[in-house]
Order: sequence, then structure tokens, then C-alpha cells
Amino acid sequence: MIQVKDISKSFESNDVLKNITIDFHPGKVNFIIGRSGSGKSVLTKCIVGLMEVNKGEILFDGRNFTAMDRWDRRGIRQEMGMLFQGSALFDSMTVEENVMFPLKMYSNMTKQEMQARVDFCLERVNLSGKNKLFPSEISGGMQKRTGIARAISMNPKYLFCDEPNSGLDPETAIVIDNLIKEITYEFNITTVVVSHDMNSVIEIGDFINFIYKGEMCWQGDRSQILRSDNDILNNFVFPSEFMKEIKDVLRRER
Amino acid sequence: MTNIYRHIGRYTLMLVNVFTRPEKRKLYRKLIIDEIDKIGIQSLGIVALLALFMGAVVTLQTAANIDSGWIPKWTIGFTTRQTMILEFSSTIVCLILSGKVGSNIASEIGTMRITEQIDAMDIIGVNSASYLVLPKIIASIIIFPFLVIIAMACGITAGALIGTSTGVISLTDYEYGLTYSFEPFQVSYTLIKSVVFAFIITSVSSYHGYYTKGGALEVGQSSTRAVVYSIILIMISNYILTQLLLL
Ligand SMILES: Nc1ncnc2c1ncn2[C@@H]1O[C@H](COP(=O)(O)OP(=O)(O)OP(=O)(O)O)[C@@H](O)[C@H]1O
Ligand SMILES: [Mg+2]
Repeated sequence: MIQVKDISKSFESNDVLKNITIDFHPGKVNFIIGRSGSGKSVLTKCIVGLMEVNKGEILFDGRNFTAMDRWDRRGIRQEMGMLFQGSALFDSMTVEENVMFPLKMYSNMTKQEMQARVDFCLERVNLSGKNKLFPSEISGGMQKRTGIARAISMNPKYLFCDEPNSGLDPETAIVIDNLIKEITYEFNITTVVVSHDMNSVIEIGDFINFIYKGEMCWQGDRSQILRSDNDILNNFVFPSEFMKEIKDVLRRER
Repeated sequence: MTNIYRHIGRYTLMLVNVFTRPEKRKLYRKLIIDEIDKIGIQSLGIVALLALFMGAVVTLQTAANIDSGWIPKWTIGFTTRQTMILEFSSTIVCLILSGKVGSNIASEIGTMRITEQIDAMDIIGVNSASYLVLPKIIASIIIFPFLVIIAMACGITAGALIGTSTGVISLTDYEYGLTYSFEPFQVSYTLIKSVVFAFIITSVSSYHGYYTKGGALEVGQSSTRAVVYSIILIMISNYILTQLLLL
């Protein structure tokens, strides 16, 4: 469980996050959604410690991450996996070396054990056989999947995915979504997904946090999101006339 | 002016991170060998080429300038030696390497920064500054002195070849000039300088790459800045070291 307690973050005079409080639950896919520029990426970066918060604290299973120095944070970092928006694969390394990198750095495994683990992770994301290719030689979707394989190679307790299916075709997007959902349930991971893709929110979102202009605007699960009375949320979820009609149908059903 | 203090502050901070709590020793060995190849071996050609031509030119120029008959011929060998050992092999070679190696390092690390590869390392828990920068610093400190020695040898040899083949000096005169009032410390002086310059080039270039913000355009700017700052710092430290070591 990750607890975000009343955090604020500003850049000079620009208050990007204002008093955000969220709980992220283990074994669940927790979503952060919101309009472009609402502060989702900044929030994620604050949670994982790539940015420092101005106020508030972040607890990982009760351990106060905010109060730790960077060396103590390394312990918790090794329990995290992160999929970056642009995949952020190491382009001087092959697919296999990318996935093996965290193992080489921090596990005490033998070479054979590492190889077995890498093969398992690549198998899990349907990339068996692509071991020796470089990131520049595979497609965007494959890069995302390699990113996921790297993120799960150390058996993380916490998984962060920043826009896991942006720039992918709808079918591949669903494959990635399902992958995230399956590994979350399978390994009881606390998963945090940043997205503005309503499709995946409805498809795999267990808990949804809607951020509006840096403030927490709405929290709930996926059945509630379709029936909410929150106007700002509704404008986000049902942006077009067509979608609003769908909303009315849903209303009437209720 | 505050800008300079900010640079100095961040640069120091990066160096502190580079040298505290590096990752497993075993991992660094391979990285250092890779960097020795990239920084050193792949610069061998250009260094040798430059030194050969420089040695030849210094020899011919000196010969052209001592036509008077008052100055003995062996001065040509002496001058070539002094130029090659004292300034060319360390300072000029390092200035050129700062262009080649420095821009390379800054753009490599800068690209990793803007594509979030460095963030990805930090998330994994790796000390990214140390992992990326330390092998480059160590490799350059190991390999630069060798490059400098090779430059000296090439320059002096080229001087001898060109001097004798064009007939401006005999080999005996050249050799006499080479050994005339030779102080071995001058070689140490140059090697010390090359180690300092190696550190400047790799750490300053890494610094500019590591703190790149933005996109491809900024990576280009970082690598230009890496070269400019390296050159300035090399010139300043060249002056300081010369005053400290030779006087
Ligand atoms: N490093 C930074 N320095 C200054 N301001 C920043 C920085 N990073 C983000 N911001 C500002 O924070 C605000 C929120 O940005 P953020 O990237 O979190 O948006 P987002 O919700 O992720 O949007 P998108 O869906 O488009 O990715 C923006 O106004 C942005 O200008
Ligand atoms: Mg974003």
C-alpha cells in the first residue's frame, strides 16, 4: 500500500499539485487520470522520488519515503518498477540486457538464474526470441513491453506506468492493459497507472483518482465513474455529444 | 555571475555523487575497459596523425628560422623536443581530445537524460552519476598519459625523418639536440598535466550532459558547452600547473 498524504508541489510560482491525498492499494490497478497538464506526471515523479515535494509525505507500506535520504531510498527503489512514457530503454543494450540490468545490479543470482529470470519475463510479455535485438530494432509496442519486462524483472512490490498505451493502436493497447492487470493480480503488486485513455480506465481500473488542475477532484471505482454526478469528471469522461448520450442511457438504466 | 556559482555548486554535487557509494566493483571493470576503447584507442589515429605533422612542421620552421649560422644546427632537435614534450603532447592534444571526446560524452549522457534513461536508472536504485561518469573518468586518467607519450614519440620521430630527408639537419645533430640539457622531470610535468586535463574533459563534459534539460536541441547545446568549458578550464589549469611545477 502506498499512502500519499497531503502533498503539494510547485515550480517557482506555478502550483502544480495542491494538497493531494491518495491511497494506492496492493493487488489492484490504481489509476491517476486527468486532463493534459493537470499534474499527473509530476505527481508520479513525486511519488517515486524523481522530484521532491514541497509539503506532505509519501509512505510505502508505512515507511516514510519522503523523510529518507537518497541512500535509504535505494532500498525501496529496488522494490519499485517503472514503465516510462517513452519506454526509456537503455539504447546501448539489447532487449535482454535491458531486462537483466536491474538483476545484475542488485540480485545475487548466478548467470544461469538471471538468464532464466530474463527469459521468464520476456515470455510473460510475449517477447521470447527477441533477446538479442536492440531497442532501435523493435516496434514501439515491443519497446513498451520490454519496458514492462524490465520493470517486473526484480519482482517489484510497486509498479508505476506512465501512459502505458499512448501512441499504440487500440488492439496493442488492450494487450498491454491486460498484461498490466494480470501481473498486478498474479504477483499482488501495488500498481499505479497514469492515463487519459478512458478505454483502459474502464477496462482495468480498480480504483480511479481524477485530478483537475492539480487538485484531487474525484475518487472512486470504475462502476462509479460512469454514474457520477461530478460535472468536471463527466466532462472529462464524456467529452463529446455522442458520449453524453451514452451517459444518459446509463443514467436511465440506473 | 550567480550562474557560475550555480555551475560550480552542481558540478561539485555531481562529483560527490560520482565518488560516493559506487555500484559493485565487478560491474565497473567491463565499463572501464569499454570506455578505454571508446575514449583512448579510438582517438589513437588522430593523435598520432596530428603529432606526426606537428613534429615535422616544428622541425622545418625552426630550420627556416636559424639560417644565420650563429645558432647551431642541433637547436632544431632541441626545439622540436621541447615543443613536443612541454606543450604539444599534453595541452594541444588534450584540447583536440576535448573536442572529440568531450562532445561525445556530453551528447551521450545528455541523450540518456532527455529520453529518461537516467531516471530509469535512478528508479532501479542505481547511482546513475557514478555508474555513468566514474568509468569515463577512470578510463581517461589511465589512457590519456599513453596517448601523450605516443604523441611525443610520433612528433620527435617525424621531426627526425623530415629533418634528415630534407637535409636541413643531420641525424647526429638532431640527436644531440634531443638530449641537450634534457630534464626527465619535463616528461613527468606533461604526464601530470595530461591526467589533470583528462579529469577536466570527462568530468566537465559529463556534467553538461547529466544536467541537460529539454530535447535534441539542448543536447547539441550541452555538447558545445562541454567543449567550450573544457577548453577554458584546460587553459587556466595549464597556466596554474606550469607555474606550480616548472618554476
Ligand atoms: N520540470 C518542470 N519544471 C517546471 N514546470 C514543470 C515541470 N514539469 C512539469 N511542469 C509543469 O507542471 C504542470 C503539470 O505537468 P504534467 O507533466 O504533470 O502534466 P500531465 O498531467 O502529466 O499532462 P500530460 O497528460 O500532457 O502528460 C505543467 O503546467 C507543467 O508546465
Ligand atoms: Mg504526463
